[in-house]
Amino acid sequence: MADMASMLDVSVWRGADEGRFVSYPVPRRENQTVLDVVTYVQRRLDATLAYRFSCRVGMCGSCAMTVNGVARWTCRTHVGRVARDGRLRIAPLRNMPVIKDLSVDMAEFFAKAARAKGAFRPTADRTADFAVIAPDSPRRRRADAAIECIGCGVCYASCDVVTWNPDYLGPAALNRAWTLVNDERDGGNRERLAAVAGDAGCHACHSHQSCMERCPKHLNPTESIAGLKRATVLAALTGKL
Amino acid sequence: MSARAETLLWLAQRVSAMVLAVVVAVPIGTIIYAVQGGLSAQEIIGRVQGNTGWLAFYGVFVAAVAVHGPIGLRTILREMTPVPARLIDVAAAAFAVLLAWTGWQAAYGLYGFGGA
Ligand code: HEM
Ligand code: SF4
Ligand code: SF4
Ligand code: FES
Repeated sequence: MADMASMLDVSVWRGADEGRFVSYPVPRRENQTVLDVVTYVQRRLDATLAYRFSCRVGMCGSCAMTVNGVARWTCRTHVGRVARDGRLRIAPLRNMPVIKDLSVDMAEFFAKAARAKGAFRPTADRTADFAVIAPDSPRRRRADAAIECIGCGVCYASCDVVTWNPDYLGPAALNRAWTLVNDERDGGNRERLAAVAGDAGCHACHSHQSCMERCPKHLNPTESIAGLKRATVLAALTGKL
Repeated sequence: MSARAETLLWLAQRVSAMVLAVVVAVPIGTIIYAVQGGLSAQEIIGRVQGNTGWLAFYGVFVAAVAVHGPIGLRTILREMTPVPARLIDVAAAAFAVLLAWTGWQAAYGLYGFGGA
């Protein structure tokens, strides 16, 4: 069992958009993740704590929180990497309304993916043969580089432009749109480029790269957005926007 | 504003930035070269007065600033203030006209200084 010297001082946001940090002592363990810490608080210290997780292995994207000021996926974040002098300050993600404690309302975040035309628009039906796409073709590679998004919202919470302009579609939705712009089977690019252009879309991005810096999947939404900027300019100059 | 208009404004700001990157460097280089051995108002006027190449250069410089600055100002005002978008567009356009007018006037004034 852990003694007092190996206790963590964990302060956790309690409440909704209005609320306060509450301090909890949590025993320090080896190979402990931030999600383990939050789970300990909920199971042992205060069962009313609300938070979200599912897979615990970095697949589902539901466990993101702000840990010592930085948005992270908590299930894959080791306490040893982020605790400062045995202290953790755990808050909900930024840029989304807080429902309760560490749970945020992600409805707008996902609605923006839909607004950015993030759904695949097929050009063939199921009677058609398989589309043959060379794995090393430039478009396939560009789609590949951006495809592994788990929808965790870490990038969105880290983007100041979302804070300043709440209509801004944000890095995840635009990154998703870019994968489809590069999907040879997709037929929705005209509408998609119109949806992602302008001051609520890719042109609002200042290339700060906070999204790239923080994305736990090491994706580069900034680069995807730069691709959309080029694609929309090309469309505008050729009368397709 | 339409997606197309926003996209073209974005493009105009990048293109004008590329122009600025060049036209900002040239005067700085010239200043460093020209100040060696001191500099006087006479000397400057002697160099630019009636110099059509110089006038054309600053004509382009002013045009690039008048395009680049107001678009950037528009972005900042939209992001940082609650001022209505329409009003910001009008203010940015007015600022562009002001920059172009005063800039070209200054360049033309130096070009024709003393003479004309
Ligand atoms: C070497 C010359 C210059 C270059 C290469 C340059 C480049 C740029 C670029 C790339 C942006 C876009 C930044 C973004 O969207 O995140 C920008 C924005 C801006 N620039 Fe320039 N610029 C130059 C000179 C100037 C000058 C002389 C002025 C003043 C008249 C100016 C005023 C602005 C303003 C107000 C913005 C808006 C800030 C923003 O959108 O983030 N720039 N510039
Ligand atoms: S690069 Fe663009 S999308 Fe990413 S954090 Fe910066 S402004 Fe937001
Ligand atoms: S791009 Fe990265 S940070 Fe953003 S939602 Fe997808 S996985 Fe999360
Ligand atoms: S719990 Fe699924 S990604 Fe963390």
